[in-house]
Amino acid sequence: MRIVPLLKNSIVYIILLLVTLPIILLYTLLFLQSISVNLNGVIPNGFTLDHWSILSTGNIRVPGTTTQYYPNLYLVASNTFILAVIIAFTEVVLSSLAGYALSRYKFAGRSQILTLTLILHAFPGITLLIALFYVLNALGLYNSLIGVVIVKVALDLPLGIWIMKGFFDGIPWDIEMSALVDGCSRLGAWWRVIMPNVRNGLMAVLIFGFLSGWSEFIYVLTFIASQDYWTFSMFVYALTTGEYSYINPGITATVAIIYMIPVIIFFLFAQKYLLRIQIAGKSTV
Amino acid sequence: MVSVKLVNLSKYFHNVKAVDNLNLEIKDGEFVALLGPSGCGKTTTLLMIAGIYKPTNGYIYFDNRLMNDVPPKDRNVGMVFQSYALYPHMSVFDNIAFPLKLKKRPKDEIRRKVKEVADLLGIGELLDRKPSQLSGGQQQRVALARALVKEPDIFLMDEPLSNLDAKLRIQMRAELKKMQKTFKITTIYVTHDQVEAMTMADRIAVLNKGVLQQYGSPDELYNRPKNIFVAGFIGSVPMNFIRGALKRTNGDYILEGLDYLFKIPRTYHDVLKDIEVGTEVILGVRPEHVDIGFGEYSGKVYVVEPLGRDQIIHIDIGGEIIRALAPGDYKVEEGKDIKFSFKEDKIHIFDKKSGEAYI
Repeated sequence: MRIVPLLKNSIVYIILLLVTLPIILLYTLLFLQSISVNLNGVIPNGFTLDHWSILSTGNIRVPGTTTQYYPNLYLVASNTFILAVIIAFTEVVLSSLAGYALSRYKFAGRSQILTLTLILHAFPGITLLIALFYVLNALGLYNSLIGVVIVKVALDLPLGIWIMKGFFDGIPWDIEMSALVDGCSRLGAWWRVIMPNVRNGLMAVLIFGFLSGWSEFIYVLTFIASQDYWTFSMFVYALTTGEYSYINPGITATVAIIYMIPVIIFFLFAQKYLLRIQIAGKSTV
Repeated sequence: MVSVKLVNLSKYFHNVKAVDNLNLEIKDGEFVALLGPSGCGKTTTLLMIAGIYKPTNGYIYFDNRLMNDVPPKDRNVGMVFQSYALYPHMSVFDNIAFPLKLKKRPKDEIRRKVKEVADLLGIGELLDRKPSQLSGGQQQRVALARALVKEPDIFLMDEPLSNLDAKLRIQMRAELKKMQKTFKITTIYVTHDQVEAMTMADRIAVLNKGVLQQYGSPDELYNRPKNIFVAGFIGSVPMNFIRGALKRTNGDYILEGLDYLFKIPRTYHDVLKDIEVGTEVILGVRPEHVDIGFGEYSGKVYVVEPLGRDQIIHIDIGGEIIRALAPGDYKVEEGKDIKFSFKEDKIHIFDKKSGEAYI
């Protein structure tokens, strides 16, 4: 009698395996690449930890030269981290303030703002590259991390605002009124009663912001000129495309894995918050 | 404790008049119910007293102090919401302690007071729980405790019993009334349930469409309703309304309807003498004031609704159906003729157009 559910389960697992196989395979290869002398097709050829030795100094040496062509790995890592963290926190602050206003206050142009933010979010960011380049240049923000932060936050904000608005919508007015009667000011009620109840939303925006900043490539490529401000995505790009006529697949794979590890750790802690997002529901435009 | 005075109080939302020119005085320590159907402006009035809504026009006084521009936190009111509005992220203890923490009271005083009020309401064991782990009745007690712990001058309640099951509601009704009498806190209680208002309040303000219909004791509202709205709203089995025109024959006033005639007792002739003959009026009589089995009128039993102790007998009088309340063991058959009469001193006559009561 138990055969039927067993069969059903195995079918589900087989389908899952087939769908995820390419991804698993690629990551396995990436890992093997980083610990082998070279890959013969998919078969590793000789085990080595040489590639991982870049962790000791962070410098990549191009054989036969003494010039330091690439920026230091640790500088890149800290650039990436700073960029992601600033983006994440700015988005949390701005989208919680804007989401609260859009959820709670009635004002002229409210529904237009809501619609407009969504439309802006729908545009592919790449279409704005040239215009943004001019703007950043005029503001003196070209070739600075802050310039990238501003562009990223502006483009990510609509999503954050909508997520936060959804969470604020879910909190009954009664609770806020109750806080006012109990002795809070309007700001006090927001801080002591409303914010603790949208913690999941804040976490979700924080995670999205962090991941979006961590993996940002196109704006870094376009708006950053100096190696001092490179982030991981730019670093991996340079390594894969063989800038400075040097391709070392082992080192490239190693850097890629180093790039991924924080994201994996972050996800393990954060996925429970992402599962609680409810953009739909009783949202009011 | 304070008294509350509302003077020409109005609240408009865009063009909708939620509350229109309301005048109301609530004495120190009094229990007043704001009664009316949904959308009548009673909750809006309550929220203006709490300070959540700003009045469009008019004044709110606590004792003789004008409160219009005083923020909610400085009004020292305690409020219980229909949804209880407990803070989901706080334990029961923290919920109750919240108003005291905001007043920056010392920690041991907070702990003592919370314990005191929680024990009083029988929720002393639940202080570590979160609101989501409580039943509806328990949540309601927490909401009451939170409103009481700050020792408010005014106690505001917005349909606090409407989310409880029927049995618990009757129990809490008595408890709330007892509590109010013990603490003598001026209380304003919003409800759409006339039984709640009648059983608990010292005085009831009946509202309809934002306008005050009548303000008086339960006894006044029941026996001397000012208009047809109040007459129809108060009373468990609603009052019978019989349409007709006022006529005069042989010195007697009669109500002439489609297929029926009712004589109006002579005691009321003085009141009626100024009314033009032929005016459309409505005769109102409560089911408990219809005597059956004898009397000068007759009709056909339409349907009988037994309630155990009583039964409601619907009588077809020709074009209208009236309800009479009879003892549960009274024998009556559907379709049979039945005699009835009205208790003379208990009838009401309303003007059809304005709805105002003549009698």
